[in-house]
Amino acid sequence: MSDEVLYLYAVTDSNIEDAEVIEMRAIDGAPVQVIAEAPVAAVVSAVDAERFSESALRRGMEDLYWLEGIARAHNAVVSDLARQRPVAPVRLATMFANIENVRTLLRVRAEDFVAALDRIRGRCEWALKGFSVGTEPQPPTTGLPEALGPGRSYLQRRRAERDSRDRRSQEAVTEAEAVHDRLVQLTLASRRYPPQDRRLSGQRDEMVLNSAYLLPEGFDTEIRRVVNEYDGVRLRLELTGPWAPYSFATLESDQ
Amino acid sequence: MTVAGSRDELALVDLLDRLLAGGVVLTGDVTISLAGVDLVQISLRALISSVSTLVEP
Repeated sequence: MSDEVLYLYAVTDSNIEDAEVIEMRAIDGAPVQVIAEAPVAAVVSAVDAERFSESALRRGMEDLYWLEGIARAHNAVVSDLARQRPVAPVRLATMFANIENVRTLLRVRAEDFVAALDRIRGRCEWALKGFSVGTEPQPPTTGLPEALGPGRSYLQRRRAERDSRDRRSQEAVTEAEAVHDRLVQLTLASRRYPPQDRRLSGQRDEMVLNSAYLLPEGFDTEIRRVVNEYDGVRLRLELTGPWAPYSFATLESDQ
Repeated sequence: MTVAGSRDELALVDLLDRLLAGGVVLTGDVTISLAGVDLVQISLRALISSVSTLVEP
């Protein structure tokens, strides 16, 4: 049998029972294990030490299929847990050599973990992305619109198209900031992420807002209403959730 | 407005925002020993190169 290390998914309260994780499947279909060290517990699974060595991880990060498999398996465990109890998700690809090292971590950082869990207890994360509608780069217009007349040059037309696109983009940015400000008022905490590249988002329109909000479980009616209010012809909004509190269950020392 | 909730619908990019830039940062016996921002950049580069081969930007 090859060597194994323990992959850590999340930390939770130590009252977690084995029965809560027995149905869950982790990376490579492995069973999920609980290592409790009151008042907190680690949720882990065994992974192959070779495949999860530092050099293998570096290669893996450049491999979309590897990365996607790990990311989805990691999130599946974390989100299954988060439906049942408070969890502090751990950053992707954090491994320990053995159970004793995990226990040591839980002992040494117990206060920090409890503080992180207290911050997100009974709360969940919602994510919002905003796109500036009609900002995709346009192919050159064929044929002359009548209003422009034959005297207007191709370059002038292109410039007018670009200016109009910039103006639409600016209006969308302004609206995105306004909806974000409203949500900051309504929610317990917020966090901004950099807008994603068009090629990543898979969206033609330019992303102008990428943010996360922490709110009490079951209190999403109000944010849905606000998002609906701002979702329109200039700014298209995509709300996702509830997420496990990835953006908010951080330790003080991470800040 | 679009609302997505089920796990199957989650876009990889939405996941990576959270898994690579969120979550508790711990010093494990094995971790990807790069700063968080670098980690995101590397994986996004991987994504862009994979996606670019499929879709003309």
